[in-house]
Amino acid sequence: MRRIRIQLRAELMLLARNGEQLLLTLIIPVLLLGFFGSVDVLPSADMEPIQFLTPGILAIAIMSSSMVSLGIATGFERSYLVLKRLGATPLTRSELVIAKILSVFVVQLIQTIILLSLGLALGWEPGGSTWPLAVVVVLFGTSAFAGIGLILAGQLRAEINLAAQNGLYLVLLLLGGMVIPRDSLPEFLGNAVRGLPSTALADLLRSTLNGDSAGLVMPCAVLAAWGVIAPAIAARRFRWS
Amino acid sequence: MSVVVENLSVSYGDLVAVDNVSFEAPSGSVTVILGPNGAGKTSTIEVCEGFRTAKSGSVRVLGLNPVSDHRALTERMGVMLQGGGVYPSARVRDVVSHFCALHNKGVNATQLIERVGLSNRSTGTWRKLSGGEQQRLSLALALAADPDVIFLDEPTSGVDIDGRDIIADIIRDLAARGTTVVLASHDMAEAEKVATHAVLFNSGKVIASGEILTLLTSRKHLRFTSSVGLVPAELAVSINSPVVAIGDGVYEVASEPTPQLMTRISQWLADNSHPLLGVDMGTESLEDTYRRLTRGAQ
Repeated sequence: MRRIRIQLRAELMLLARNGEQLLLTLIIPVLLLGFFGSVDVLPSADMEPIQFLTPGILAIAIMSSSMVSLGIATGFERSYLVLKRLGATPLTRSELVIAKILSVFVVQLIQTIILLSLGLALGWEPGGSTWPLAVVVVLFGTSAFAGIGLILAGQLRAEINLAAQNGLYLVLLLLGGMVIPRDSLPEFLGNAVRGLPSTALADLLRSTLNGDSAGLVMPCAVLAAWGVIAPAIAARRFRWS
Repeated sequence: MSVVVENLSVSYGDLVAVDNVSFEAPSGSVTVILGPNGAGKTSTIEVCEGFRTAKSGSVRVLGLNPVSDHRALTERMGVMLQGGGVYPSARVRDVVSHFCALHNKGVNATQLIERVGLSNRSTGTWRKLSGGEQQRLSLALALAADPDVIFLDEPTSGVDIDGRDIIADIIRDLAARGTTVVLASHDMAEAEKVATHAVLFNSGKVIASGEILTLLTSRKHLRFTSSVGLVPAELAVSINSPVVAIGDGVYEVASEPTPQLMTRISQWLADNSHPLLGVDMGTESLEDTYRRLTRGAQ
């Protein structure tokens, strides 16, 4: 626990020193929500665009900071031999992975506050009493995407990892029901993508934040599985160098 | 023995980087692994550190298997990589404090930064440090472990004279306090200043190892420095020994160095108005030993 705390502190300090990356992580989702929340150009299933977009953009923010930002930064840490050097300290692989995921949780907290505040300002109306569940959903979503990002970062060369993270991000963004409703996809694809963590995260955030508790079981099971299995694989398969 | 390497082989695909190598590093000694680039030094050290697995053979460090006992070994081992190891935007003070905290051996970060001569750079980032300063920071991170055994890969590469002195003093101090130091280097003159034991690598094989004093032998020649225009053949006739020019103003006399021979050379130089700018005789250097042994190996 002590080493996780020490490593978490180092991760947050580095994050703060890479202000441009942090800014990008925060600003892009804000711009997306601000733009698409004001301009009615995207399909939004059978709900108000802002009701569809606010949870969806929050899901994008979680995916970009936990998977893409963390994964790319960790990939470059490998190429700079930072991870190899850490491998010669008593810090274990699992402790490193946990510290990295916890550092993303801190970023998520800030992202969530900013995005939900903006959503409210643009007319989003949270509903029902299931919103506390959204906190659990965010935690599992972060864990799932951080796990996926670290699996790639722990295996691939920095440059290939960079391309892979961005490519996967685009695929999950387009197919995951974050900004484009699953109903708009071809039927076979709409069913297949239900197993994706991005789909489960977006569906769950919409259900819990908008107050619709119907159909939670399937996405809960999918996200819980990704949230446990992905970081476990990352910790097991992670290579220091 | 702190480090025992037996019949170690390391391969990268078809390339055999280390070929059936055996040597030992005694506890509290400074053992230098010497050889040209690509000789297998770093591969061997990485197996000792637990970062690389051997194709065959065995390695024990402090009685531990570096791979299966890696966690236990990290509690007692310091590592200085050949390069990198620090995030470019990380500050000197922060990264040293971080490693001191991870190792939790009570090493004071501020004192450690002072020890490696980086006090005036403690708020600077890794990317702003010179190559030599980066090396000294890497050494500080290795020292944060307060190690029983420390592996230093090319510790003086790119380091200026003052920095080399600081690193040499730290290595001597470590050995004096009982730490086993294993360092890889291709700078034989530098290594000879601090090491007590040597392992000489050539093309993935160990061609000699042991206490440095036992590896060195008496020279069978004498070298001196004089004016560039000296005619070796004339001197050779005068002293009745073969003389060849081996560099600008540097000459080698292929005879056992004796006071009588030196007297005859000095007299001839004086008679012919040539200066005597330097003399090299006595025991051979580690570099001479390496050259002699690699010639033998070829």
